[in-house]
This record gives sequence, structure tokens and C-alpha cells, in this order.
Amino acid sequence: MSIAAVISALTVRAQRLAARARPLRAALVLPLAGLLAGCNLVVMNPSGDVAVQQRNLVIASTGLMLLIIVPVIILTLIFAWHYRDSNKSATYDPGWHHSTQLEVVIWSVPLVIIIALGALTWISTHTLDPYRPLSRIAPGQPVAAETKPLEVQAVALDWKWLFFYPEYGVATVNELAAPVDRPISFKITASSVMNTFYVPALAGMVYAMPGMEMKLHAVINKPGVYEGLSAQYSGSGFSRMTFKFHGLDEAAFDAWIAKVKSEGKDLSRDAYLELEKPSEREPVRYYASAADGLFSRIVNMCALPGKMCMSEMMKIDAAGGAGVHSHENRERLRYDNRHIQQGDEAPGATVPASGRPPRSEPQPGGAPPAGGHGGHDHGGHSAPGSDGSVAPAQRNNN
Amino acid sequence: MFSNLDFTNLDLQKLVFGRLSLADIPYHEPILLVTFAVVAMGGVVVLGAITYFRFWGPLWRDWVTSVDHKKIGIMYIILALVMLLRGFADAIMMITQKAIAFGPSEGYLPPHHYDQIFTAHGVIMIFFVAMPFVTGLMNYVVPLQIGARDVSFPFLNNFSFWMTVAGAVITMISLFVGEFSRATWLGYPPLSGADMSPGVGVDYWIWGLQIAGIGTLLSGINLVATIVKMRAPGMTMMKLPVFVWTSLCTNVLIVAAFPILTAVLVLLSLDRYVGTHFFTNDLGGNPMMYFNLIWIWGHPEVYILILPAFGIFSEVTSTYCGKRLFGYASMVYATVVITILSYLVWLHHFFTMGSGANVNSFFGITTMIISIPTGAKIFNWLFTMYRGRIRFELPMLWTVGFMVTFVIGGMTGVLLAVPPADFVLHNSLFLVAHFHNVIIGGVLFGMFAGVNYWFPKAFGFKLDPFWGKMSFWCWLVGFYLVFMPLYVLGLMGVTRRTQHFDDPTLQPWFIAAACGAVLILCGILSLLVQIVVSIRNREALRDTTGDPWGGRTLEWSTSSPPPDYNFAFTPVVHDLDAWYDMKSRGYARPLNGFRPIHMPKNTGTGAIIGGLSVVFGFAMIWYIWWLAALSFAAIFIVSIVHTFNYNRDFYIPADTVVRAENERTAVLAGRV
Repeated sequence: MSIAAVISALTVRAQRLAARARPLRAALVLPLAGLLAGCNLVVMNPSGDVAVQQRNLVIASTGLMLLIIVPVIILTLIFAWHYRDSNKSATYDPGWHHSTQLEVVIWSVPLVIIIALGALTWISTHTLDPYRPLSRIAPGQPVAAETKPLEVQAVALDWKWLFFYPEYGVATVNELAAPVDRPISFKITASSVMNTFYVPALAGMVYAMPGMEMKLHAVINKPGVYEGLSAQYSGSGFSRMTFKFHGLDEAAFDAWIAKVKSEGKDLSRDAYLELEKPSEREPVRYYASAADGLFSRIVNMCALPGKMCMSEMMKIDAAGGAGVHSHENRERLRYDNRHIQQGDEAPGATVPASGRPPRSEPQPGGAPPAGGHGGHDHGGHSAPGSDGSVAPAQRNNN
Repeated sequence: MFSNLDFTNLDLQKLVFGRLSLADIPYHEPILLVTFAVVAMGGVVVLGAITYFRFWGPLWRDWVTSVDHKKIGIMYIILALVMLLRGFADAIMMITQKAIAFGPSEGYLPPHHYDQIFTAHGVIMIFFVAMPFVTGLMNYVVPLQIGARDVSFPFLNNFSFWMTVAGAVITMISLFVGEFSRATWLGYPPLSGADMSPGVGVDYWIWGLQIAGIGTLLSGINLVATIVKMRAPGMTMMKLPVFVWTSLCTNVLIVAAFPILTAVLVLLSLDRYVGTHFFTNDLGGNPMMYFNLIWIWGHPEVYILILPAFGIFSEVTSTYCGKRLFGYASMVYATVVITILSYLVWLHHFFTMGSGANVNSFFGITTMIISIPTGAKIFNWLFTMYRGRIRFELPMLWTVGFMVTFVIGGMTGVLLAVPPADFVLHNSLFLVAHFHNVIIGGVLFGMFAGVNYWFPKAFGFKLDPFWGKMSFWCWLVGFYLVFMPLYVLGLMGVTRRTQHFDDPTLQPWFIAAACGAVLILCGILSLLVQIVVSIRNREALRDTTGDPWGGRTLEWSTSSPPPDYNFAFTPVVHDLDAWYDMKSRGYARPLNGFRPIHMPKNTGTGAIIGGLSVVFGFAMIWYIWWLAALSFAAIFIVSIVHTFNYNRDFYIPADTVVRAENERTAVLAGRV
């Protein structure tokens, strides 16, 4: 049983089959291509350099694998047809069940492809690591040494996105903008549950996690309005947790910042705590200014006055802990960023949680549930932080 | 959470019913109300029929209490088919919602209902369809293929089955009492924690899985012991049928992986019930730890499901090609390599968590390496077909359908293992299409191949080929029609678990997918019709030989259905494909010299403990502490009492064996 004979016999057969199938294939492929042209395959046709590289990687890997997948599918169909029971002219060799040559081939061909793909994986995973600052804004256009990336701090709230622009002091809800060809450096976190930050046209996604700061580096190369969303299910408002990402040229971006500054209000801590409450279908909002260090407080889960920042707890722990005094910190380390203890439980929470029947209707416009349900008398913003102190310089006298 | 135990403010209703009240019965949800009416009517009809045909006695004696691995295997598969209907009902509701909820239209499922449905769909399809299917086929076939009379621990087998049923029952109760989890099938915290999911849903999920998990783990231990200790004389490891090899690897994976699931669910339960902080946002909890733990179970779970399917395809291919399997040894090594590697890839489920490039590329590359042995397997089946004489009976159709479909799923899987590619495809419908591609195209096609292949062994008649082919083509075409659009949608940046869309250009794809779901529905209905038609035409489809397909392994050497004792004499094995070897060496069935056969006795303990577990789970879910304590104590007592039952075995008298074997001799002679 020589492999060459097998292969040549198969090629002849495949060619014959392909010749027969050609008109059929054209009839099948054309309408499909038409259908695909009519829709926006944003992952395959992105507008940011990082996403473009990721798209290229998808195509290259798929191509590599098709080298083996296509022959396998064709062989399967040919063998199934040729060696059918009724084809008595086909060779029947019930004793043939081993061929060292062939075994070497069937293990080494996938191995070779995986070695190639593995090398591609190692290199691309390192070059496209979301934590790695960009080295180019487009093929052949390295980032100039003096370029300062635009820093954006993104927060996944229940269920809307909050973006801070520390360079400009402004903040927005459910609208993100960036100048074309300027690297963007995202810092990403979440208030209560996990989400992912994903703008398909711009770059791949990373998780937004409460108490964690994630990083993502990206650049947008073409002006336009793109979709942004959360790709990690985060509760009942998840489906509408979308935002628009505007790629703007330099002048338009400055104008946009100016607009945010002129139309926006102030994002004080109180305003933030109000915003943090679960709500759906939030409109775009602008904030001309934001409270100092608010993003860092959100990351450290201490936006609510009176709560201890995680960083402080970590500092205490790193110094050996506060010993028996720790229990005094306990209440200050209980975070309730979904405001459930305060009575803003997720829609659909039923009797045991809320003391009222389940509601099926989605809450319009983020209206908080009707009041008057008992059992949450420790609620409200006042209780934990009623001393009125701005989160004190904690540290429990250790 | 223990505020319920605060006796200073004693609330009688809370004490008796926990957090359960009349308001938890969702009688205001029309969909659930209709479902309940249908289920109740179906239940009344079934119960009425059992009473009318006076079937209660035989049902209890011959099935519920049975420790016969064949009956338990059949019951597992019945459970899988029943739950398939529920899981599919969820699927078609989801896809319908997605096809209509565009722009101003809200669809008909509000988020809080939709979110329960996608959670239930995943949980049910994996834990109560795929797992019982796999376990059922292993239970039925493995002892027969190794020439054994039962599994190592027959009572444990019965107990495992009823624990699986108990888990399924708890999951089903959530439909009509309270609600099910909305925190996805793996229940990631912090979303599944007490703060974000305060209701009973997540607790239903936890207790359903915990109780079923006990059954799965014990059944894994049982089958490992059976395969290691109960092989017929002469059947060395390298003469094991490939299905037994894949079953062995699967059960090793079960034994090594399920305790992790149990442990991580215990930790989550502690967070929810007693206020610990393993996975909370606050007080030092770390939800990322949960992601790691659950996937250290979750990834091997994928191979727990697919390996037995690989084994079935191997048996089917060599039988219907009339050829020994090509490259048996490399098939075995491939299986073992997959088993080991399946523990080294879990992190590819969350590349986007920011583990860093070194860690991500390590797990990406280990994942790709798994495709090498998997590819070798595909080639082995391919070259088994080469120079074979392929009879396209139903199992072979499913196998060819599998080979073409599965390689596509494998390819998209390897693509998702490239971390930067995963960054753009993670949690998208592309991912959804990928894992359905391998689970439907791999596991489910394998199970259908197996059911069609071994059905004549279990019942003595073949399944109807016409309706079988209808089912096959509906499933195959339906599968492509549902999931190819989902691949495209994934490339359009559409994420999973969304209940509503704004972009109207997506809608045609979802409508196409919904049409595909209707085709799959036809496939499922054809399957049911196939079973009914086959039972009605059983005389025409009857197989008297015990070997309708020209089989190669030992299960085909005995009668169909096999006698309680499987083999009157333990077969002696000389070669791989033992039965083919016996046939080709002119094996003559022994006609005399029968002796009494030692067999295990039936017991009701498994069903009783299973029932008590349902009560216990229900009580824990609803905080009915007195009932939880009582039922737990009862489980404990019943278990201890069972250990005092010394009347566990009996002998099938020699003349019963003689009578059964003579009957078979007459049937075989009548055929000639």
C-alpha cells in the first residue's frame, strides 16, 4: 500500500468530481456572497489597527487550518461514495488496518500545521497583548516618540458605560470619542459585576471587573461612528448596554470635547452614586467635570463615603494586618455597588429578595422600583456614611 | 442569611415554609401556565396508563429498583430524551425571541424570563441530556463489550442513576415553583453571588448540579472499576474495544474533574448561605478564582462528553465498513493523550481576563496540541473507510455527518484558541456556533449513532430506517441552517445572551436560524416517530440472531435483548474484535454444561435516597431548615440501614439458564 498510489488515485477522482460540481458551486456561492456583502462583517472589516491585525490573524489561522480541513472533508465524501456497499468494483480489503507510513503522515501533518500555528500564536499573543502600549498606529507608521496616548478610563455600570477623560477633565455616559490615529490607552473597571469592554471596529475585548483595573491599547484609523458593547452577560439590562464610539479627526474631537464641556454638568460623588444605581437604556450624558480621583475610588470600590478603599485594606494587610481591630473595618469593606441592600434590586428578583411579586415588564428608563417595600430600613445612602466624613484617611491605627 | 433562625422575632410562616409562599407560583406567567397544563396533562395520562395497564408493580420491581446495568442504561437514555425535549423547547423559545425582538419590538420574553431560559438551556443540555446519554450508553454497552455480567457495584449504579434523576427533577421544579438561575450555565460570580442574585434561582442551579454531580461521580468510579477489574479472560488493555477505551478515559476524567465542580459549588453555596467571601467583590473575595476552578472542571467535561462519542464512531465505522479499525493503537494513544491534555487548557475560556501574553499563549498552544490526536482520530476513521465496503445504515450516516461537521467545529475551535483572535470572537455568536458545532455535530450525532446501533441489541428489533433518515437529514440540514448564520453574526460583532437588537440588518440571519431550529424540531419529532413506528412494526424489524449488523465486539455474541446474566459462560478473548475473531474461527455456541449464575439483587434504596435528595435540595433552596435537617437525617439513616441488608445476591438456577439458552438455540435454528 503505497501512499503515492492512494494520493494520485484520489486526486484524479477529486478532479473529476470538481469538474462535475463547478456550475453547482457557482449557483450556491453567488447568492451567499451577495447576502454577505449586504451586511457589515465588522470583525472582518474593522477600522482600527489592532482589530485589523486581529482580523489578519483570524484569516491566516483559518487559511492554515483549511489546508488540512478541506482535504479531509473532500476525502470523507469521496471515500463514503466510492466505497459504498453497492459499488462492487471498489477494492475491498478487510484485512488492511495498519500502515506505519500512513500513521506517520496522519500524525505529522497536523503536527506541522500546529507548529506553524503555535509560532504564529506565540508571536501574535505577545505583539497584540492588550497591556502592551502600541508601537505603531498603522502598518509602516510607528508611534512618534513624543505622542502622548489619549487616556480613557472606562467603567461598566449596571447597565451603561461611563468614560472619564482625565486629560480634559470631562466624563461621558454611553458615548465614547477619540481622535483618529492617536493611540488610546484604556483603563477599564466595573462597579458591581463583570462585563467586557468591546468595540469590534477598534480592538478585541477585555473583561471589565469590579475591584480590578484592566488595560487595553488601541487606535482608530478611520473617522466614523462605531458600535460599542458589553460582551459578557451582566444581568437584565445587559442587552441594551451599548454605546457609540466616535472616531473623529483632530478638529472634530476638540469640538466634541468643547461640546461636552459646555453642555455637561458636574459629576460629583453624589451624582456618581445616583448614576451607579441599576438602570437600563440610559441616554447619552455629558459631564464637564468630575470629582477628583473618582475613577480610582471606583476601582477601589470606595465611591460611597464611609467605605474603605481596597487599596487601603491592601496597605494594611501588607503591613501585617490590623489584628483584632480588623472587625471595625468589616462594615466599611462591605460594598453594595448594585444598591441591592438599598432596595434597588435587579428587576425580576422575586419575593424572597424583594418582598414583592416578580415583575416581568422591563423597567423603562431606569426608573427605580416602586418604593414602600419594607425590610430595608438600613437602606439609603445615609446609613453607612452618616457621619458625613469624606472617606477618612483610613488605616486603623495599626 | 441566617436571620431566619432569629427566634426573637419568630415568624411561623417563615419557620414552616422558609421563603416559600404562594406568590412564588408563577401563575401570572401565561407561558409557564400553559407549559404546566401540558406537563400536568401528560403526567396524568402517563400515570393513568400505568394504573390502567397495572404496570406499577412491574415498574417498581423490574425498573426502579433494578440493578441491571442494561435497564439502568436504558433509563438514563429515556431521561436524556425527555430532558432533550425540555432543553430544545428552551432553545426554540430563545431563537424565536432573537428573531423578532428588533428595534421597537420587545419580543415576547422579557429579560428576566429570557435569562432563565438561556441558563436552563445550557444546564439541561449539558447535565441532563448529554451526560445521561453518555452515561446511559456506557452503562449499557461497556459490561457487554468486556464480557461481564454487570458493573462492579450494581447498587451504586442504581443509586447514581436516581441521584441524576433527582438533580433533573430539582431543575424542573424551578419551572413551576419560584424561578431558575439567570446567572448563565456556569453561574459566574459576582453575578451569581447573594448580593446580585438574591432569589432562589441560583440555589436551584446549585442543588440540581450538586445532587446530580454525586450520581455522575459515583457512576464514574463504578465504570472505572468495572473496566479495570471485570474484563473477560484474555482481554488485555490493548484488546479492549475502542468504545471501552474511550469510556475508561471519560470515567477517569469524571473521577478527577467532578470533585472540583462539587468543591467550587460548595464554596459558592457558603458565600450564598453563610456569608463567606470566597468569590464576592468585597472582604477579600476573588471571582477570578471561580472562573479558574469551574473551568478546570469545565474543560475536561467537554472531553467527558466527546470521548465516548469518538468511541461510538470507531465501533460504527469498523462495523459498517466491514473492516478492522485502522490504526487501533494510535487511536488508543490519541484518546489517552486527549485525556491528559484536557487538564492543561482550561484558561482558554477566559483569555480576555488579562492573564498576560505568556500565560495566554501557553494555554492557546496546549489547546492547539489537542487537535493533533483529534486529527489523527479523524484520519483513522477515514482510512477505515478506505477499501471498506460501507453499508449506509443509520449509524453510519450519522458518522459521516459527524466527520464532515465536526472538522468544521474543530477548526473554529482552534481558531478560538489563538488568543488575539479570541479577543474579537470571545462571547460572540461565533463562539456559540463553535461549541454547538462540536456538541451537536460531535456528541449528539454520536449518541444518535449509538442509539441506532445498539437499539436492536437492547430490544431485539431494529429502528425504522425511513424515519431514522428523516431525523438524520432534518438534524443535519437544520444544524447548518441554525449555526452557519450564527458564525456570520459572530463576525458581525454580535454577542451571546442578548435578548434584544437594534440593528435591523441582523434580522434575516436570525430568521434563517429560527427556520433551522424548526428543522431540528422536525428531526426530534422524526426521532420520536421512529421509535413509535419501530415498536409498532417490531415483528418486521425483529432480529433473531443477536448480531444484526455483522458486529465485531462481544455484545453481539449474545442474544438480543441479552439475558439478565448477559453471558451463560464468560467468553475468552484471543484477539481485538473478539466476536469477529470467534466467528472467523468457527465459534460454536455451548449448548450444555450450564451452571447457576451469581447475580446481584434489586433494591429500592437508590430510588428512596434519590427521592429524599429532592426533598433535601428543595428544602435548602427555600430555607425550610427543619425539612432540610429531617430529610438529611433520613438520607443518612436509609444509607446506614442499607448497609445492614445482607440479602443482596442470589443465584439464577441452572435450569432457568438452560431454558433461556435452549430457547435461543431454537430461535437460531428456526432461522436456518
